[in-house]
Amino acid sequence: MTSLHEPGAAAGPRTGRPRRRRVGTGGRRGVPLPLLLPGLLALAFLLLPLVALLVRAPWGSLPDQLSSTEVWQALQLSLVSATAATAVSLVLGVPLAWLLARTEFPGRGFVRALVTLPLVLPPVVGGVALLLALGRNGVIGKWLDAWFGITLPFTTTGVVIAEAFVAMPFLVISVEGTLRAADPRFEEAATTLGASRFTAFHRVTLPLIAPGIAAGAVLAWARALGEFGATITFAGNFPGRTQTMPLAVYLALQNDPDAAISLSLVLLAVSIAVLAGLRDRWMTTS
Amino acid sequence: MTRSVRRTRRMLQLAGAGAAALMALSACSSSSDSAKSKDTSASSGSSDSPKLSGDVTVFAAASLKESFTALGKEFEKQHPGTHVNFNFGGSDTLAASITGGAPADVFAAASPKTMKIVTDKKDAAGTPATFVRNQLEIATLPGNPQKVASLKDLTKSGLKVVLCDKTVPCGAAAQKALDAGHLKLTPVSYEQDVKGALNKVELKEADAAVVYKTDVHAAGGKVEGVEFPESAKAINDYPIVLLKNAPNAQTAKAFIALVQSAEGQKVLSQAGFLKP
Amino acid sequence: MTDNRPAAADGASAPQGPPAPDNDSCTGGAGGNPKPAEGRHPTTHPHPITGLDARLVVDRAAFHLDITLTAAPGDVLALLGPNGAGKTTALRALAGLTPLTDGHLNLDGASLDRTPPESRPVGVVFQDYLLFPHLTALDNVAFGPRCQGVSKSEAREQAGAWLDRMGLAAHAGAKPRRLSGGQAQRVALARALATHPRLLLLDEPLAALDARTRLEVRGQLRRHLAEFEAVAVLVTHDPLDAMVLADRLVVIEHGRVVQEGTPADIARHPRTDYIAQLVGLNLYRGRAERHTVRLDAGPEITTTEDLSGPVFVAFPPSAVTLFRDRPTGASARNLWRCEVAGLETHGDQIRADLDGELSLAADVTTVAAAELELHPGAAVWATVKAMQTHAYPA
Repeated sequence: MTSLHEPGAAAGPRTGRPRRRRVGTGGRRGVPLPLLLPGLLALAFLLLPLVALLVRAPWGSLPDQLSSTEVWQALQLSLVSATAATAVSLVLGVPLAWLLARTEFPGRGFVRALVTLPLVLPPVVGGVALLLALGRNGVIGKWLDAWFGITLPFTTTGVVIAEAFVAMPFLVISVEGTLRAADPRFEEAATTLGASRFTAFHRVTLPLIAPGIAAGAVLAWARALGEFGATITFAGNFPGRTQTMPLAVYLALQNDPDAAISLSLVLLAVSIAVLAGLRDRWMTTS
Repeated sequence: MTRSVRRTRRMLQLAGAGAAALMALSACSSSSDSAKSKDTSASSGSSDSPKLSGDVTVFAAASLKESFTALGKEFEKQHPGTHVNFNFGGSDTLAASITGGAPADVFAAASPKTMKIVTDKKDAAGTPATFVRNQLEIATLPGNPQKVASLKDLTKSGLKVVLCDKTVPCGAAAQKALDAGHLKLTPVSYEQDVKGALNKVELKEADAAVVYKTDVHAAGGKVEGVEFPESAKAINDYPIVLLKNAPNAQTAKAFIALVQSAEGQKVLSQAGFLKP
Repeated sequence: MTDNRPAAADGASAPQGPPAPDNDSCTGGAGGNPKPAEGRHPTTHPHPITGLDARLVVDRAAFHLDITLTAAPGDVLALLGPNGAGKTTALRALAGLTPLTDGHLNLDGASLDRTPPESRPVGVVFQDYLLFPHLTALDNVAFGPRCQGVSKSEAREQAGAWLDRMGLAAHAGAKPRRLSGGQAQRVALARALATHPRLLLLDEPLAALDARTRLEVRGQLRRHLAEFEAVAVLVTHDPLDAMVLADRLVVIEHGRVVQEGTPADIARHPRTDYIAQLVGLNLYRGRAERHTVRLDAGPEITTTEDLSGPVFVAFPPSAVTLFRDRPTGASARNLWRCEVAGLETHGDQIRADLDGELSLAADVTTVAAAELELHPGAAVWATVKAMQTHAYPA
């Protein structure tokens, strides 16, 4: 028993390589059928619609469909705003996750439930709620407008806000779970070495839960990239400013389904490239 | 336009109504299709066939929701034993469902373009007939604080205007009206549908939107309508048709007849629609 | 009285490793004081200017801790007690990780009551070391100096020196998971010492090690603690660790100090059943009148000591002799009729737990056990010579 100090027993961080190898050999040693069949069915269920998209894609007219500047504008805007929304989620969401996991305060369970609310809220309702809060006439937006002349709806900032609103819960939940699994005594150990609670957090806890944060960030990014309802409701739809790919896809669907499929393919290809680039190990902890 | 907005608006309303009436007359007389179908449906009309029964399924544009629901109740009252099912939605979505094989008897679309999707696929029985028309109107905040009196006023800088996206009927119509007035308007947003555009005004995020008269009507006091002459150039026809694979064609025909009857037209015009 | 050498409850045999550093532990009889002032530094009481002076009171649901600890610089204090006694809570309170409900905590004359843990001159070696897994051994040790504002290169230099002292220079670049248990323990110690604490706390420092490593690390730890110039407090449930490593033992049961003193004193004069069991003695409480002690448990026992009033009487299991029949003509005054309640092997002996007139543990050889036909339920006569008992005031 020389490995008691290894955090793998309780905490999130793990070494990717040996773990994966172990799983691999375990998989070949006979997988129970009640797990294998539904598992494969689930995979098929998730992949079939995407395959159908590929089969029915208008490959011939694809170059024409994708040559318009609006498509690339929308794609660029999507990537920029999803990344910005993820950054906002990280900067605000990780501290929130820490508060939920590491501090005691009355009504914490209730607060945690509130945090997950955007997950169950229909995004369009989320967009309306954002308008009521941050719109020109909103509870807070009114003052933003009056004092600073800032209006958020119909701006790219508005897109980022709408995406962060729906994406942040994914990050918070993922990071909070990792934090709960991580041994809080590492923070205590850092404290006894003279580290303030914040130093302990960013020099010890943060590196320890990095994989969980990365997984949460990937989830949040993916959610932000595909966000439609809250975006179009809060930020509207204007090419180059607030028209992200999902909005372009939706509107193309109105009169030119082929164009919609082409746009979706672009979005899919980019997401797959990014997610695969981040490696599956980032996605293992959540 | 330096006089009081209220007064101007009233004048515009009068002018608009007059124009609409003229258009309606001309449309009636010129369109032999609609006249013919009106005749055929009248012959198989509701007055003389008591043997109607069963369910009839109507796919109708979302803007028809209030008036068609009322007409459905009326129909069921006139013909005990029948039941009218409605599926309200975006015309494109409905057209896609119909061509995809959805079991429907009647299709009432918000634009000839969407109707064409169905007729092109030979899913319609007979020729579609225009049963109402819808005209654009500017929706402003209650009380019209920005004093919008014309389409041109919307191009003023600092005014937040939302339009429907060009891919949806209300956006296409708005563009047509702007073109007719030789106006160039950059909105803050191209909304995905007319309700989205209207919502932005209802929530006071936008100062004005170009929407249908019926939508302004349905919004009640939450927005104020401002008519504009260019809207005459962008009137939207609403076609209705019996579908080829209608499970209950007999009853469906009777419903179409009710829609086109004087009684049906009265209900529709109360919702803000123009007569064809 | 070599039989009375401390014997671990779970120890295998009587002779135990290196003897405790009981320098001047011959201050016999002091166990009777309510606040035994033992140890090498008579100046520690009542309020040392330097060193540790603490009364720790922690109230939690269904648990109450109230202990007083004092120690002079250079002292190694061991908190010994069963699981759940409150040792770790006391340690956490000293480190500032658990707030005090009441009491005080003075270190080198300064009050630490309100000082947050990061500002206390306190170093902690945690039970499972809690080395930061993402940092190398060197950076683990350099962490403390870095937090104290030392530059990165300077902190690493200091850390390198510490690892050198621990004989770990070759492992400076290793991540904690590549270190053996003993190495990790030393890195943890170096990390705690690198902040130059005035109070070093060790929580079960050897518990995470296997038996062989333990022996080696115990010796090293003893050396490092001897070199340490400030107060060290270690928590353990292992009497052997406590006796080898500490100058002074504080035994805690149910959140209270039940006995404190030098290891040798505690081994000779246990005052609770828990300690008696730890050091392997039969212990009884009674009232003495000259050489006779009437035990609270019933029978009388004759001792060599001449005492009066409440006393403890202790004797080792090896001092007990068993007979199948009542020994005739024996002068044995300490003779009791008993019944075997249980048997277990204990090293190369058999330990018999006896019930009857007196509950006691007796060690017999395997041969003797066979001759006596010992089995649970068997009736035996037990006797112990007055010479081999030890009475001391309660």
